[in-house]
Amino acid sequence: MNRVSFHSIGKQIMIKLNVNNKKYEVDVPDDMPLLWVLRDIVNLTGTKYGCGIGQCGACTVHIDGSPTRSCLYPVGSVKSAAITTIEGLAKGDDFHPVQKAWKKLNVAQCGYCQSGQIMSAVALLKNKPSPSDDDIDNAMSGNICRCGTYTRIRKAIKLAVQESNHE
Amino acid sequence: MSKVHNSRRNFLKTIGIASGGLIIGINVNARSVTKHHAYSKNGIVPNVWISLDKSGQATLVVHRSEMGQGIRTSLAAVLADEMGADLAHVTIQQATGDEKYGNQNTDGSRSVRNFLTILRKAGASVRALLCNAAAKKIGVDKQTCYADGHYVHHRPTGKKIFFGDLVEEAKLLDLPEDAPLKSSSEFKYMGTEIDNLDSDLLISGRAIYGIDSQIEGMVYASLKRTPVIGGKVKSIDKQKTLAFPGVIDVVEIKGTAGAALFNPLASVAVIATNTWAAEQGKKLLEIEWDNQGNDNKDYDSIAYQKKLEGSVQKKGEQHRNEGDVYAVFDGVEKEHDSSGQTVEALYYAPHLAHAPMETPAALAWVQEDRCDVWTCVQTPQNAQSLVAKELGLDKSSVVINVTFLGGGFGRKSKPDYVVEAAKLSKILNKPVKVFWSREDEIQNGYFHSASAQYHKAVIDKNNQVTAWLHRSDFPPIAATFNPQARGPGGGVGQAATTMPYDIPNVRVEAGDAKAHVRIGWLRSVYSIFHGFSVNSFVDELAHHRKMDPLEHQLSLIGKDRRLFDDDGAAEYKFDTDRLKTVLKKAANNANWGKKLPKGHGMGLAVQYSFFSYVAQVIEVSVIDNRLKIHEIHSVIDCGQVVNKDAVMNQMEGAAIFGLSLSLYGDITAKKGQIQQSNFHDYQMLRMHQAPKIHVEILTSDHPATGVGEPGVPPIAPALTNAVFAATGKRYRQLPLSKHGLI
Repeated sequence: MNRVSFHSIGKQIMIKLNVNNKKYEVDVPDDMPLLWVLRDIVNLTGTKYGCGIGQCGACTVHIDGSPTRSCLYPVGSVKSAAITTIEGLAKGDDFHPVQKAWKKLNVAQCGYCQSGQIMSAVALLKNKPSPSDDDIDNAMSGNICRCGTYTRIRKAIKLAVQESNHE
Repeated sequence: MSKVHNSRRNFLKTIGIASGGLIIGINVNARSVTKHHAYSKNGIVPNVWISLDKSGQATLVVHRSEMGQGIRTSLAAVLADEMGADLAHVTIQQATGDEKYGNQNTDGSRSVRNFLTILRKAGASVRALLCNAAAKKIGVDKQTCYADGHYVHHRPTGKKIFFGDLVEEAKLLDLPEDAPLKSSSEFKYMGTEIDNLDSDLLISGRAIYGIDSQIEGMVYASLKRTPVIGGKVKSIDKQKTLAFPGVIDVVEIKGTAGAALFNPLASVAVIATNTWAAEQGKKLLEIEWDNQGNDNKDYDSIAYQKKLEGSVQKKGEQHRNEGDVYAVFDGVEKEHDSSGQTVEALYYAPHLAHAPMETPAALAWVQEDRCDVWTCVQTPQNAQSLVAKELGLDKSSVVINVTFLGGGFGRKSKPDYVVEAAKLSKILNKPVKVFWSREDEIQNGYFHSASAQYHKAVIDKNNQVTAWLHRSDFPPIAATFNPQARGPGGGVGQAATTMPYDIPNVRVEAGDAKAHVRIGWLRSVYSIFHGFSVNSFVDELAHHRKMDPLEHQLSLIGKDRRLFDDDGAAEYKFDTDRLKTVLKKAANNANWGKKLPKGHGMGLAVQYSFFSYVAQVIEVSVIDNRLKIHEIHSVIDCGQVVNKDAVMNQMEGAAIFGLSLSLYGDITAKKGQIQQSNFHDYQMLRMHQAPKIHVEILTSDHPATGVGEPGVPPIAPALTNAVFAATGKRYRQLPLSKHGLI
């Protein structure tokens, strides 16, 4: 097979992935963005495509707990890290506290950006359990919402903090 | 019901009915409930489907597309409320595209407006049926029974029967006609804050959008479309593309001459085993485009803006005329302004792209004599017709499955992407999912019109506005359907001719701009730029009259009266008292006139659109030439409200949408090609820029009117009016990022 020289192509390899505490083996080019491995190969479509250039945050997953734009993250770089997607947040039917707050305040309109929003919010609260408005701005400004749910997202983050303080 | 459906797919299964359940089909096209409850009885085809099984589970079919406006919850809540059902026992089933459901075009802010009464009547009929069934079962007078909370109650004894236990009885009875509707004091859901029934799906990653659709054996398609509208493929070098791992094929799609309609553009499709391979393959295509004789190749936004601005400074086609504005202008000129002053202003707003978070997507599977589609579409019946036409099939052989939409804003009421998928599936003889990248969506969209507005008015020596001239020019949506269409035409009816001010001499004229890109509806459509220029110019007049903008708007609107009485649907009339009320309330809520810190300013705007009344007051600050938006106070009067929470969500969202377009929205063309491509150069408002937003909903018994769009138009002018108040600088061109403020 002719390999094109000017456009770098990744090496096709068998990669072992740990996604939401499940093991997957995928046969993909190692430069394929994690986003597309998740969506098209592993068939976890909860992580969304919005721009492909790391500008909108819809593709946000956690890699070893760190919020990451999976549209720019080559699958070959994951190695043995634990990947968490939106599908892995809830414990069975029990939603994550952030999801519970989202539900209580009816944050989602179309919902498409909310996987990324929630993943960013969960990472924020792990990092800063009592975030200031500036902390929220910094953590969440990478996630675009075209429906304009920012006001409710901010309220829901604060509600999640409140609820966790009562536990 | 077509033979295809019966033989290939059990319709009852598609609405999730366990056998033995009660299925009620009601025809609401005629705006009345017709009497039958078995779907093929009397040859009447029902379009509202309600089913009830013995476990009590009620399935309600919702026929309008869900794109974040919460319509699934709202319409289900209406039916459930009138039925006496409990939403906890309700499942929603999304309707496929089929004319039997009545109008499914989810655009124009009219789902609740058009279907509230109809669905109430349907729900009331079912309630009456269930009461009759209970009465029969207990052996009492049906007048003594009422339905509530998924039970029928017998008032005298307090005995109650669960809906599920009435199914057998109800199946034997006729559906009552003309069942009385609940009075509003009996509403359980309507008029309250109803929790979104789809929340769990939307926050768990389990909701399936068009772009998520998957089917065994499918392939993925990425299309390189002509960068210039009207261009054709001259040559393709697909060698490198075909060599890319995962790429299966390269297929050319020929464009269509004449009107753009919803036809696929001239394009080259890369077919692959996954999205990424298709996209990478697309980047490796080497295509030569042929634009000979295509004047769109010279389309240049800078030159076009000058053209539009020139056009509106000349006389145009008359669309509204009272008195004689030109005589008044001449009079003032002759008297060297001693009889009054002339004020004029020129406004410009550029093209916009929709940029829904989910780009357009469609999965189509063409087999021998049928086609199944899964797609995020606002107009499923149109998609069905287009696919049927494309494939030479009868409509009954085309099933459009409507997924959740990751935003629409009007982009997804133009199903070109659905036709692309069907075309490719037929050629390749396998299921094909068409993927649009963000670059595709921004560069090959159906853009909101770029526009110029010219205003001229006279303020006489008594400080009264005595003449108002408004000229509008923009390439119309009509051009997408008819290539000869020029200029606004009747489009001035959206917020230009319908300006509400009590001025003796009024004239509205339209230009004749030609379209050089595909033009389409974008959330609140022509009200965006007409609302912008009208509310901005009114603000300019306030300052010339040395009046407070609030007092001035109210005085200009004038006394309570009904406007344009012979225009529009009978039950939705433009009443100036409602317009003034929302304005006064918004100003009051914002504490209009309060002392503001240095560098701060407040601006207001009020707009009637989609039959609703919205006013917004925005507080900004401009310090060191940096604009910050602090707070927005919105008030909406949309008549009867179904879901208060959804209305608030729409108003909050419309404010953010309006801010994005005011601050950043700028789609420009050079040599016929769109210059922007993604969110780095077509920016959106983000969390850290979002102001505090306060929404008040004025409830009333007026007929339900639009909610999805009316929140958008007043934002841009309220913003620029606020900036003027803060700085004394008037910005008449959008977006504000052009002026270095942001």
